[in-house]
Amino acid sequence: MESAAEMSHGKKIGDIVLAVDNISLSFGGVRALSDISFQVREHQVLSIIGPNGAGKSSMLNVINGFYHPQEGLITYRGVTRKQMKPHEAARQGIARTFQNIALFKGMSTLDNIMTGRNTIMKSGLLWQALRIGPALNEELAHRERVEQIIDFLEIEHIRKTPVGKLPYGLQKRVELGRALAAEPSMLLLDEPMAGMNIEEKQDMSRFILDVNNEFGTTIVLIEHDMGVVMDISDHVVVLDYGKKIGDGLPDEVRNNQDVIDAYLGVSHD
Amino acid sequence: MFYRETGQFKTSYTADEAIFPIAQDRWFIFGVIAIAVFVVPFLIDDYGANAVLLPFLAYALAAIGLNILTGYCGQVSLGTGGFMAVGAYSTYKLVTAYPDLNLIVIVILSGLITAAVGVLFGLPSLRIKGFYLAVATLAAQFFLVWMFNKFDWFCNNCATGQITMPTVDMFGLQITGPGADPATRYLFCLGIVAVFALLAKNIVRGRIGREWMAIRDMDIAAEIIGIRPLQAKLSAFAVSSFYVGMAGSLYFGVWLSSAEPGEAFDINQSFLVLFMVIIGGLGSIMGSFLGAAFIVLMPLVLKNFMVDGLNIAVVTAKHVEITLMGVLIIFFLIVEPHGLARLWQIAKEKLRLWPFPH
Amino acid sequence: MDWLFFTEIVISGLMAGVMYSLVALGFVLIFKASGIFNFAQGVLALFAALALYDFLAPEGWFNQLFGFTLPVPLAILATAGVMVIVAWLIERLVLRHLVNQEGIILFMATIGLAYVLEGVGDILFGSDVKPLDIGIPQGAHDYLLDTYGLYIEKLEIFAAATAAVMVAVLAVFFQYTRIGRALRAVADDHQAALSVGISLRTIWVIVWAVAGFVALVAGIMWGSKSGVQFSLSLIALKALPVLILGGFTSVPGAIIGGLIIGVGEKLAEIYIGPFVGGAIENWFAYMLALAFLLFRPQGLFGEKIIERV
Repeated sequence: MESAAEMSHGKKIGDIVLAVDNISLSFGGVRALSDISFQVREHQVLSIIGPNGAGKSSMLNVINGFYHPQEGLITYRGVTRKQMKPHEAARQGIARTFQNIALFKGMSTLDNIMTGRNTIMKSGLLWQALRIGPALNEELAHRERVEQIIDFLEIEHIRKTPVGKLPYGLQKRVELGRALAAEPSMLLLDEPMAGMNIEEKQDMSRFILDVNNEFGTTIVLIEHDMGVVMDISDHVVVLDYGKKIGDGLPDEVRNNQDVIDAYLGVSHD
Repeated sequence: MFYRETGQFKTSYTADEAIFPIAQDRWFIFGVIAIAVFVVPFLIDDYGANAVLLPFLAYALAAIGLNILTGYCGQVSLGTGGFMAVGAYSTYKLVTAYPDLNLIVIVILSGLITAAVGVLFGLPSLRIKGFYLAVATLAAQFFLVWMFNKFDWFCNNCATGQITMPTVDMFGLQITGPGADPATRYLFCLGIVAVFALLAKNIVRGRIGREWMAIRDMDIAAEIIGIRPLQAKLSAFAVSSFYVGMAGSLYFGVWLSSAEPGEAFDINQSFLVLFMVIIGGLGSIMGSFLGAAFIVLMPLVLKNFMVDGLNIAVVTAKHVEITLMGVLIIFFLIVEPHGLARLWQIAKEKLRLWPFPH
Repeated sequence: MDWLFFTEIVISGLMAGVMYSLVALGFVLIFKASGIFNFAQGVLALFAALALYDFLAPEGWFNQLFGFTLPVPLAILATAGVMVIVAWLIERLVLRHLVNQEGIILFMATIGLAYVLEGVGDILFGSDVKPLDIGIPQGAHDYLLDTYGLYIEKLEIFAAATAAVMVAVLAVFFQYTRIGRALRAVADDHQAALSVGISLRTIWVIVWAVAGFVALVAGIMWGSKSGVQFSLSLIALKALPVLILGGFTSVPGAIIGGLIIGVGEKLAEIYIGPFVGGAIENWFAYMLALAFLLFRPQGLFGEKIIERV
């Protein structure tokens, strides 16, 4: 199975970096996830697909510790836990974007992306106040790194604009920039192309693939556009009503009757 | 025409990140500072110091402190008066216990003591948000005022709870106490406020400032990208209280020279500083200065206009002042929630185009 | 342990608590229906009491303009009318322009409103203390005093009864009427309510008028007890811990929170006060609320906020 993936995208897929086992999550009486298990391998692009309300965002939230599952285990980089804590996940190299953009609306693009560097910045309060020596050097070094990300995402022209004023598509790009600024080893993207037109989707797909190819970042992606999913994924997991109904290569999933019945049976663009 | 950036290219990140990147702004600020340092001390008299400049400087520092907590970090505090009291009483106890200690050191120590108290009262903020936090700070406000009133130790066993600042010299010049020269008092406060305003500006545009703003804008997202809410909020409380404490120290020590907890540090003070921050601009150091200037000058202008000009009774003038304050708050919140600082920016934008309309 | 004394304290505390609840009710109404924490509620009570006094008193504006004072029932009606006008003005001049702003902005606007109402009230009616006597029975309840030796004010019993009636009426209003449902929709999301055709402006005028009426009742009770004076507006500050305990959106919570604070304060003052020099009534309520918040940030009855990302 793996060799077919290696061949089709010409890159090396590594060992299992994240495994979720028998995850169940409920909110009061509502069961969001039932007994979900799958694995993510290093350098892989894995897509989670499924109809609305299937529990996809909840799954991402469990992975980075925002929701705590009632049952099940998460194994990340060899360490098994019952739940993650958000800032622990962040400090362990997991970064993410959100379905309804979670940017800091009061700050500029540059500041938002700089905030993504926080887990890496170290200087203390007093040095920051004086803004000399180590604090200043650190600030400038990180500014340079962030400018590289801004170049990569082609958003130089809006770097000083408060993000609240940006159009939706650009905000999504800034959010990706903020996630990249943390130099993550695993990137969780929640519908990064929602609301975009064809050109914007092409741009975003290119960015995602570039990140995966150049930095080897593992990508877990929630997406509705089947064309995109089939094109860029190495592996696909299908959820429906909180249960897993498909797990395999894009072509396998495409031909899975359960998946077709649940989701792909309607015509799409 | 005069206010254009053409030809001003930034060739390094350092230049781009300067506080006043546009050269004309720099000239303007240097001009203001030059006048403040070299011209004002020769023109100042007791009235100018006591009615305008000293309260302006003390309140500006307090406004910076509150702005850090509420404007940058989004944590509402209605306890500013109480924390100013902590700074004032710390100063009093330190000066009476160690009369030979340098006044600058005393002011900074007062700030540090207030920072410690601030952290203590800030601990609940980790679980409590929004209005609930405002109420918690009210608890601090009422408790602190009661404490300073009740326990004689704070005022060295006085009868009334009132504290009076003894005379303190520095480098041979008398700064506090009766008979101190207004120019000396002014320059002392100016020096402290200018230096610490600069430090504050550095902090808010660095990593810690961004953390605060992230918590303010969306604390869940902030936590998810790795910011520790505990540390960020406590640091905001600490730094904010440090500034408010120093403000209280200057307010009591250099400006008023004597104070009673019930009057000088009550909840109206808390509201006053909050109004300065709102009118001046939340999340702006410059705004803290503008707001403080506005709130200090407005009653004077009104009084001169109404009492001296229109012969209205002093009592009525006070009522009108209260009403007007409320109206202005509402006005600013509706028209420009980002306060005078934003209006200043808009004015500069218009100035760039001048004399063209658009 | 003097049980009689203890009972008196507790009952006195309960009565004081009811008075707090009356003010807290106004807060809950406005918060429930417009999502605004109305800091000006206490000043509204003061303003209402001042207006009522003006209708009744020979030296008031009304008498000077029209030559007669109103009998008590008409005066109350007239004051209710005044509060409706005030509500309309508040909506027109303030609320309309702040639709969908963040909570903190709205809160600060109500602080501004409090200052405005206070200033205007002072200018119109003067800031001296005015006695308010609208015929509520005063003095101790004779039956209880003679039979059980308990000293309980008739006024406080009257206030408790009034509060009970008001709570019942409000509860029915919110749950079972069309307007009540619209109010709850508006509290949730201004823009969503607008988009289903709810007239935000009408709703707001209604809510603030009702809150104004609640403030009037509170103002009458407090004013009869200790005269109409500026400190009435400070009662609002006392209502805050009540709301913390009871939750900002719960009518029964406001009542129970008020009772707890009322009793707690009195007991603390009597039994803990002497050890720390007294006058702890100033801050005890707040400390109690603070302690509560640490364990239950949303109050006894408040809704638990589930954050979604």
